[in-house]
Amino acid sequence: MYKITRSPWVMHYDGSSCNGCDIEVLACLTPVYDAERFGIVNTGDPMQADILLITGGINTQNAPVVKQLYEQMSDPKVVVAVGVCACTGGVFKECYNILGGADQVIPVDVYVPGCAARPQAIIDGIVKGIGIFQERLNKMESGEDEKSSQEEKDSSEEKEEAGKEE
Amino acid sequence: MGKRSVIPYGPQHPVLPEPIHLDLVIEDEKIVEAIPSIGFIHRGLEKLTEKRDFNQMAYVAERICGICSFGHGYGYCEAVEHVMNVEVPDRAKFLRTIWFELSRLHSHLLWAGLMADAFGFENLFYQCWRVREKVLDAIELTTGGRVIFSVNKVGGVLKDITPEMQKMILETVDFVEKETKSLQKTFMNDYSVQSRMKGVGILTKEQAHAFGCAGPFARASGIATDMRMRGYAAYGEIDMEPITSDDCDCYARCDVRIREIFQSIDIIRQAISKIPEGEIAAAVKGNPDGEYFMRIEQPRGEADYYIRGNGTPNLDRMRVRTPTFANLAGLCETLKGADYADVGILVVTIDPCISCTER
Repeated sequence: MYKITRSPWVMHYDGSSCNGCDIEVLACLTPVYDAERFGIVNTGDPMQADILLITGGINTQNAPVVKQLYEQMSDPKVVVAVGVCACTGGVFKECYNILGGADQVIPVDVYVPGCAARPQAIIDGIVKGIGIFQERLNKMESGEDEKSSQEEKDSSEEKEEAGKEE
Repeated sequence: MGKRSVIPYGPQHPVLPEPIHLDLVIEDEKIVEAIPSIGFIHRGLEKLTEKRDFNQMAYVAERICGICSFGHGYGYCEAVEHVMNVEVPDRAKFLRTIWFELSRLHSHLLWAGLMADAFGFENLFYQCWRVREKVLDAIELTTGGRVIFSVNKVGGVLKDITPEMQKMILETVDFVEKETKSLQKTFMNDYSVQSRMKGVGILTKEQAHAFGCAGPFARASGIATDMRMRGYAAYGEIDMEPITSDDCDCYARCDVRIREIFQSIDIIRQAISKIPEGEIAAAVKGNPDGEYFMRIEQPRGEADYYIRGNGTPNLDRMRVRTPTFANLAGLCETLKGADYADVGILVVTIDPCISCTER
């Protein structure tokens, strides 16, 4: 199972960006930057993806799609926000339709700034993401993650019960 | 008659770099109807004119789309210059032409790669993008940016192309010409490529005209529409003809775009040989007051910019109409009667730029 970090599969989704970061993500995978030397393979299937690359500030229509893609990915998973729009909303932050950053919708682990983010920076972000992925994998294998999530569940159930009593 | 069923296509799909949703009504693997729904990238940046002044809007306009970024910035700036009666220096006009054609080169090579990816020819995809990186190197050397250049401003351009840079651009286009010739052989003569593209997705001249299609999509159906013939920027001093084809299928669209790569190379060479000396920007005083309608030829087709100013730094209205919006209607027509397996190719064949369409 640990060998999975030697070949993480990335999925890329355009969450209302201007397209500039998306073509830079694709440029990462092509011969000049060659992300495949880190074993990074592009996939279109969320069920098989380990790392989600999200670009753009995400608008109201796109938010449910992004959420669904994130939920379809199997654990452990890492989200890399590519470009300044995905980090904070960027130049479109004040637009009426933009929620302002990918972290408004899904939990983000690595932020890659830049308009548009350079391929070198994107690859650096993915490699950082692999480190986080490894940590989560270790936690899962040692069973810590299940325990902590179980505890959270218990505590939330308690809270619910407490709420009902009130 | 078979049973009809609806297959959702997108917004997330391996073929699509950007989200668009199509409801495909199919009957025995044949498509009866395609219903598009858009809005996944709508940001509402036209309304940003209320918060940004007309100089800042040039950078917002550039971020309408990352692939055709230079064209959007240019179209906006030229429209504002017409409203404010600013006379742009000749050198700036030639510099804009050179950058415009470099961005067309990178856009068309990008499309060729995505097309190869759509019919599963990974090697060709990588080769196209390898050549494209050389164009991006030339753009980065002259402007400092790879996909968003930010060299346009109202009144001219921010950076100059020195003689050394001109030499480097000429070397780059020589390389691109040589490599594209070998790519053209594969695209035009390869048996497996032809079997996926010949006779697929026919859009007749009458249909293309009726649906108001633009750019290479219309030119491949025999309509000689090319806004560059209007002679904006320095195109008036450059010798060129619109490239058309009468085959009306995917193969013709591929042929038109690849021949346009050579045309762009020719325009860059002409522009560099004719570039005059002088200033690169004119002084801009006051605020825009009045309206103007600007039409330019983007890599994907005709794009229109409507600007209305009211004498304050903030524009009253900025409206952009982009080529992909015009081509979507034509796409839905070509999808009718196509095989389900060809949908990916047909969607890519209009060179969709959804970020432009929805803004």
